[in-house]
Amino acid sequence: MRFFDKASTALAATILAATALATPAFAQKAANTVRFAYDQAPESVDPFFNNVRIGVIIGANVWDTLIYRDPNTNEYKGQLAKSWKQVDDKTIDFELREGVKFHNGEEFDADDVVYTLNFISKTENKVVTQGNVNWIAKAEKLDKYKVRLTTKDIFPAAIEYLAGPVVIHPNEYYEKVGPKGQNEKPVGSGPYKVTNYVPGKSISLELNKDYFKDSPKPQPKIGKFEIRFIPDRQTQMAEMLSGGADLIMHVPKDQADQLQAVPTLQVVSGETMRIVFMQMNILENGPAPALKDERVRKAIIHAIDREAMVKNIVGTGSRVINTICFPSQFGCTDEGAARYAYDPAKAKALLAEAGHPSLTMDIVAYRERNQTEALIGYLQAVGIKTNLRFLQYAAMREQIASNKAMLTHQTWGSFSVNDVSAATPNYFAFRSEDITRDPQVRDLLEKGNNSVDPAVRKEAYKAGLKIIADKAYAVPLYSLPVYYVANKDLNFKAYPDELVRFWEMGWK
Amino acid sequence: MLGFIVKRLGLALLVALAVSAIAFFLLRLSGDIAVAIAGEGAQQADLDVIRETYGLDRPLVVQYLDWLLKTLSGDFGTSIYFKTDVATLVFAKLPVTLILGVSSLAFALAISIPLGVLAAIYSNSWIDRLALAIAVFGQAMPNFFFALILVMLFSITLRWLPVSGSGSWLHYVMPTIALGYYTAPPFMRLIRAGMVEVLSADYIRTARAKGLSPYAVVITHALRNAAVPVVALTAVQLGHLLGGSVVVETIFALDGLGYLAYQSITYKDFPVMQVIVLLLSVVYVLLTLLGDIANAWLDPRIRVA
Repeated sequence: MRFFDKASTALAATILAATALATPAFAQKAANTVRFAYDQAPESVDPFFNNVRIGVIIGANVWDTLIYRDPNTNEYKGQLAKSWKQVDDKTIDFELREGVKFHNGEEFDADDVVYTLNFISKTENKVVTQGNVNWIAKAEKLDKYKVRLTTKDIFPAAIEYLAGPVVIHPNEYYEKVGPKGQNEKPVGSGPYKVTNYVPGKSISLELNKDYFKDSPKPQPKIGKFEIRFIPDRQTQMAEMLSGGADLIMHVPKDQADQLQAVPTLQVVSGETMRIVFMQMNILENGPAPALKDERVRKAIIHAIDREAMVKNIVGTGSRVINTICFPSQFGCTDEGAARYAYDPAKAKALLAEAGHPSLTMDIVAYRERNQTEALIGYLQAVGIKTNLRFLQYAAMREQIASNKAMLTHQTWGSFSVNDVSAATPNYFAFRSEDITRDPQVRDLLEKGNNSVDPAVRKEAYKAGLKIIADKAYAVPLYSLPVYYVANKDLNFKAYPDELVRFWEMGWK
Repeated sequence: MLGFIVKRLGLALLVALAVSAIAFFLLRLSGDIAVAIAGEGAQQADLDVIRETYGLDRPLVVQYLDWLLKTLSGDFGTSIYFKTDVATLVFAKLPVTLILGVSSLAFALAISIPLGVLAAIYSNSWIDRLALAIAVFGQAMPNFFFALILVMLFSITLRWLPVSGSGSWLHYVMPTIALGYYTAPPFMRLIRAGMVEVLSADYIRTARAKGLSPYAVVITHALRNAAVPVVALTAVQLGHLLGGSVVVETIFALDGLGYLAYQSITYKDFPVMQVIVLLLSVVYVLLTLLGDIANAWLDPRIRVA
């Protein structure tokens, strides 16, 4: 008996100690701290040396850009730049804001802009997102608060990039520590500053009390953000349920539906710029010659009930698209483009007419497997037997680029760049993943990419998108929503660019 | 004895080398590493920069030999993903995994030895069947599933333990139980089988006839002899634990070597992955060797054989 007495005392003591030490949850609103769990760690905190979403989120909160795009109106406003002027097709002059300071106290001026833009534009500096920076030719200082930027070619999306991924580093600090030091102890001028960073584990941000008052980003309200990298989705959900985290994102629809029932949590879903589509390989010596027949391609589009997929599988915040771009992107339109209703009977008839009443094909995919399986079901129903080859992204891309893919199920997020040049040309302007290669489409898209006249651009993209739709070169499906699960006391809004704006968040 | 050790060490090295080569080439089968590093939407210019930076444009064999030579000279390279020295990264995470491995082993032994002994003493009784049920349950249930049950119970329902992270000893409780319980069944079965055999041996009967207490008979006489195969298994299981920590550390976001291994596979960070594979294979073989030596010490007949 004595043994049991001792054991139960010890157990009770352990439980008490555990309870006392492990009260992770309840006081976060009082502590003015948001604990954000994310599944992937950035390889570097320096925005030019990572290409993951969490890197973009940290980048936007810790650094500032020259220009700010209002996420509600899509209107461009001056951020580190007070104003800007397009001097000619390839030159933009910026007038910079005075009195802005970086987190380390360094004063912001033209030297920071010139240094950053020239540094990232040089390939030898090995920025990992070359597509975001390789359009920059050079930057010159005109005076202490004036900078001239020259692009290599005519690049109409420049302003969009300057309002997104192209952040400004403090030149003196960056010159001294380089990308490695900037990763270890990041210094920006944004509404939040990094206080602690353990690679692969966590990063802590604290409100920047000296954030410049004229910024179009509202002054931050929440004191601290603790971002922890938790790869397992179930663990993230358990953290939310136990009160160990206040925010998670990219939650699958079914799991978000379950969490919706928890009284301490709220589920917010928002449409994103990520579009979902299928490609059909019609290249010479392609592995599925039947796809060269326009009727077969049209049959595939008619076979899929996109509305039903959006409603039943993809969820709130998604909408059907008819062209391969996101509707808010500059130049994206489905005006005049062919639309294909869900019509399995017509699909069967078209297949029979093309001499392929039954077909067998492979489909390569890399994410949202449940959606791929639904697509396979629809194709099967009209007589197209489809074998799923679910691959890593890298392997899938290799299959496409080496002309081995027949059908693909893909998604594309455009790096949140609100311009068609960041979307459609990737798949139709003869780049490595173009498996249709129509020179007419390529020329139209290139025309759109290489003009600064909005009317010319719109016209060219519209014509290109119309051909893609009319000739059924691909299957436009829908936009993807992102589901966020948050502490019910947290105020925040979901945006199509999947950017979590810490500076806008507050407590209810 | 020395010759035996030297021979086994040589073998360990060869095994480690073979494992590293297999890991190296298998990793390359999973798609273009440059694309994996660059991520979705990388353009040709990005890929060119990455290939040149990491020497991925060279033939595979050259890349492997280059890695091997550098590793043998003590240069473990730089992490592609985290851009830091691989040795620093790996050795910073090692203590977490060692703590988890040793505590899980201790937990496994703490439940398997008493249960195994009791099952043997009361063989074919309800105690035996209960022990068997516990063993079957532990072996049959995947540790990720058991881990989630623990989370449900101790974190969500009772709110006693933190779900994930590695800040305090509390963070180790559930990972230790999840990993240890998975490891316990082989010990339990081995101890039970050994004890059943030993307890029916003549010298035990003699010990009992001499009037020794049941405790002395079971623990000092029987268990010591039944423990010989357990020592060898302990070494192997510790190796298993280090490998098994990949799943458990990932679930609990415990910042150890297993979690790093998961990250390096996800991010195709092959310099890190190669070093982890090499390290784990060397540790595994060394542990097996230590187990053999310990057995030889415990049972002199093995030395002669």
